[in-house]
Amino acid sequence: MTNIPYAGGHRAGIPSADDLRARIPGWGADLDPADRPSHPREVPGAIRSGSAGEVPENQPERWPRERSIEHARLTPVFGSTLPPRGVSGAIRRLAYRRYSEARAAHWLLLLAADRVESKGQALRSLLSRRTP
Amino acid sequence: MVYRGPYRIRVEEKERPRIEHPNDAIVRVTLAAICGSDLHLYHGMMPDTRVGTTFGHEFIGVVDEVGPSVQNLSPGDRVMVPFNVFCGTCYFCERGLYSNCHNVNPNATAVGGIYGYSHTSGGYDGGQAELVRVPFADVGPTKIPDWMGSEDALMCTDALPTGYFGAQLGEISEGDVVVVLGAGPVGLYAAKSAWLMGAGRVIVVDHLDDRLELAARFAHAETCNFAQVDDVVVHLKRTTDHLGADVVIDAVGAEADGSLLQHVTGTKLKLQGGSPIALNWAIDSVRKGGTVSVMGAYGPMFSAVKFGDAMNKGLTIRANQCPVKRQWPRLFEHIRAGYLKPSEIITHRIPLDDITEGYHLFSRKLDGCVKPIVVPTAA
Repeated sequence: MTNIPYAGGHRAGIPSADDLRARIPGWGADLDPADRPSHPREVPGAIRSGSAGEVPENQPERWPRERSIEHARLTPVFGSTLPPRGVSGAIRRLAYRRYSEARAAHWLLLLAADRVESKGQALRSLLSRRTP
Repeated sequence: MVYRGPYRIRVEEKERPRIEHPNDAIVRVTLAAICGSDLHLYHGMMPDTRVGTTFGHEFIGVVDEVGPSVQNLSPGDRVMVPFNVFCGTCYFCERGLYSNCHNVNPNATAVGGIYGYSHTSGGYDGGQAELVRVPFADVGPTKIPDWMGSEDALMCTDALPTGYFGAQLGEISEGDVVVVLGAGPVGLYAAKSAWLMGAGRVIVVDHLDDRLELAARFAHAETCNFAQVDDVVVHLKRTTDHLGADVVIDAVGAEADGSLLQHVTGTKLKLQGGSPIALNWAIDSVRKGGTVSVMGAYGPMFSAVKFGDAMNKGLTIRANQCPVKRQWPRLFEHIRAGYLKPSEIITHRIPLDDITEGYHLFSRKLDGCVKPIVVPTAA
């Protein structure tokens, strides 16, 4: 029984590096914290995957694309599936138009719209005798 | 597959995805995986998951068509696609924060773009399908190295880099005691990665014996079944010199079991952004001054997190979605060296036509299902 943590000292039961290396394939291959892929977390300006300083070309907006009011503009690229439609679509548009991501109302309205849509679709499937 | 509502998906014929932007590609999927985070969608927990959405953010395939500005890929190339949709040039991408790209998700500023992960993550269809639109084809996808097997490549699109990234977030130093909460695919990879970063002990916590057995065998870890101890935090303290672990990695996220109250309010009633029980166990079982790493996924709503303890204990909490492509060069080295064999944890291979059954199996954790992958009909 050690006195840790009531007195200083080292943890018990940590095998030596040699023991660990013998038991575990690759043990310590990334031992140096400064030599890991996401170190440092941010590398300002050091990574260039595209044209520096340019906003990508805009994807055509085929219908008024809903967006967070925390965005200054529509993002250049976006998912173009399933535009908001019907009652659930109206609730979704309201959630995006009126409430920021910081407001519980935003998320609760979106969850409510999801339920309205899935229940409505299930009912429609039932009426058309298709498996929901 | 398409989503119809909570716990309801089906396979149906959809319109072929189109090139919407000059740097798009259309990829014909050869393998996809179902991820633990897909279950949050399947259970109806993620706001703005629309009926008709196709899930799947882990997939590999063959380039079928490219937009006019695509230079790095050609039809016929065998590619692996990171789960992050990212542009490579915005303020965040320029700093290497690919999972936080600002140019691809109009629906939310807090989360980047993710394939098949609801409109909250940008409204992109996913890869549990035969064809998928891949934006910024010059930036995200990479040709699969000739020496790499398809199933290993598939695991490199999310689960393996996320687990490895979770270990990195822990800032593990030589000899550290590392606790990993969750023995799903990401937790198993995190445990294995902790050794690469020099951990002295790795303890994996779960309540499913078959997964804990895998943690011992695949990840060489000590294990703790939280359902078999009276109080998991006390148990972890006792086994770590009463200090607590140096690093605790939350590889569970929003649908943690372990607290009925948190489960009901967070998972069933959706009054929180998921159950924060794993996060609270992490805060309570890490040592003072220690680090909590979070890459378990939580929803955008508030959660009842024990922040007072985190503050009083002087903890560092580090969290993010994994910027997959930053991890690849090193992970490829580790796979080639034999230190990592990611495909070893795949337990089920399911035809796309049977994906409904696959989700049921994975969601209920039946038949020892740890990692199911999906084989499209034409693959």
